[in-house]
Amino acid sequence: MDELDIQINNLERALLLINHQEAEDIIMKAAAAGSPAKVASELIAKTLQRIGESWENGSLALSQVYMSSLICEEIIDKVFPASEYVHTDMPKIAIAVFEDHHLLGKRIVVSTLRASGYPIIDLGGGLGTDELVTIVQREKIEVLLLSVLMLHSALRIKDLTTRLAGSGVKVVVGGAPFRFDETLWETVGATACGKDTTDALLIVKDLMKGVK
Amino acid sequence: MTPMQRVLTALSHKEPDRVPLFLLTTMHGAKELGMSIKEYFSDAENVARGQIILQKKYRSDCYYPFFYAPIEIEACGGEVIYSEDGPPNSGTPFIRNPEHILSLELPKVNDAKVLHKVLQAIQLLKAVAKDEIPIIGVVMSPFSLPVLQMGFEKYLEIMHFRPDLFNRLMEVNQAFCIDWANAQLQAGATAICYFDPVSSSSMITRQQYLETGFRVAKHTLAQIKGPTATHFASGNCLPISDLLPQTGTAVAGVSTMEDIAGLKKAFANKLTVLGNLNGIEMCRWTVEQTSAIVKEVVQKAAPGGGFILADNHGEIPFQAPDEVLLAISETINRFGKYPIVNG
Ligand code: B12
Repeated sequence: MDELDIQINNLERALLLINHQEAEDIIMKAAAAGSPAKVASELIAKTLQRIGESWENGSLALSQVYMSSLICEEIIDKVFPASEYVHTDMPKIAIAVFEDHHLLGKRIVVSTLRASGYPIIDLGGGLGTDELVTIVQREKIEVLLLSVLMLHSALRIKDLTTRLAGSGVKVVVGGAPFRFDETLWETVGATACGKDTTDALLIVKDLMKGVK
Repeated sequence: MTPMQRVLTALSHKEPDRVPLFLLTTMHGAKELGMSIKEYFSDAENVARGQIILQKKYRSDCYYPFFYAPIEIEACGGEVIYSEDGPPNSGTPFIRNPEHILSLELPKVNDAKVLHKVLQAIQLLKAVAKDEIPIIGVVMSPFSLPVLQMGFEKYLEIMHFRPDLFNRLMEVNQAFCIDWANAQLQAGATAICYFDPVSSSSMITRQQYLETGFRVAKHTLAQIKGPTATHFASGNCLPISDLLPQTGTAVAGVSTMEDIAGLKKAFANKLTVLGNLNGIEMCRWTVEQTSAIVKEVVQKAAPGGGFILADNHGEIPFQAPDEVLLAISETINRFGKYPIVNG
């Protein structure tokens, strides 16, 4: 087992026990030996990825995924200046809860991405097609992540992707309806779909490669 | 057999004439009556009429006078947001500051006018159902309701960090839930479906469940004066399958994400399995696919009784087409006859 694996194990244990102080100590120690950027994109991203996978296979609870991402986001925000760990070679990414008002899924995705060094603009919840088209154009958003909980909200994403067609904006979707129907993302015209935070990380990493 | 006899036989882990079907349609009643979802739920008579039509049309083995989960929030003065093609949703949570829990009071069912619509719908159905068609009332569990009362994030935080607030919230919610369940039973409901997805293993670990949702369910169900079914609204429950019977529930509403044969085995002779058709995916099933899926579920879960066919959420989406719902009914009537034959 190499040093990184040991650190990941330790950080995972601290997070699952909701031991904020221990998690902070592990992150600080790793940063002293490497760099904040490396800590974010390797140690934290891989630990949160593993926690996300454990939720996916049923061995961890959602509350543990939420608390872990929250703790990491808080620590990284507190101990490093953004310029030291945030990737700069990224497309402009934003996330919103589409029409719904259920914010937890988005919150977990945002914390996970931010703690892993991927900057993302949080547009909030309850946004419809018109508002999002305006924001995307005004802010020159290149990738739009959407989270929904209700099926009828998911279905209405189709109007948005139709309006954005030809603009080059990539729409990535996630949330419960997409977990229950694996073809729904295609029906609504999305570019990609993620089941969980692990997928969110992988998709964003992939997009970064596209930029380079 | 009447639907009631069929269901009672299944619940006693014996084989009735055919597999009972709980086709849990709610908003489809609005389609039948040609009105908007908002108008439909504004009047008990609509819901009673809708349920009578739907039960006949799909030969379902129960009436399901469930309005929508956030009605319990409306009863507390909270906001409900209607949609043209989906279930009413709760708006901004009414507990904005968790400290407010310390002085929180919930209304008595008697004083909460909006809940009387539900009671009236149950009474209207009871007059028609007599003792032949079960009427299923619905409550949100005291442990799951806080997501709507205060938002999921704040709720998870008090669950972990503020046992004082958590315990007080459970106390208040339990009293409300028991009062609400018993009022529905008194109005004529045969049984109460206790929706508790936050207890599901998709949300919390087994250990957490033991310390929280399990305790709450045990205490609450003991004071509900009628039979109860626990529904996880398509969340998983296999990891807590040994604990569930100890809460006093008779039925488990299970998810399509877990193997139904495994669930049936885990609950054998202890709980009746209710499920597990995928309501979301159902919206794009063909008639042939529907029939194949229903047959497969029946083969795996129906032998020996202790099984009721239903969707896995406890509410069929508005978008589920008529052909699919009719195909479910048709298949269960043709291939759900006991004894179940293979192939
Ligand atoms: C717990 C639960 C409840 C609880 C709390 C709900 C809540 N959050 O508000 C209670 C009992 C109150 C409830 C009520 C209702 N519920 Co409910 N509920 C659930 C359940 C079991 C979990 C939902 C949840 O909060 N999960 C936690 C969040 C964080 O998970 P998530 O959103 O999936 O997010 C994760 C991933 O999807 C991903 N992700 C999320 N967004 C994104 C975005 C991107 C870009 C990426 C890559 C990834 C990603 O990452 C997250 C973390 O891993 C689901 C079924 C299920 N198994 O998922 C049904 C479900 C959400 N409920 C549903 C419904 C319909 C309702 C009601 C409207 C029913 C009614 N008629 O009243 C009510 C009203 C809700 C309201 N708020 O007003 C449906 C919605 C779909 C539909 N049929 O339209 C579901 C999906 C059940 C089903 N299978 O049909 N429910």
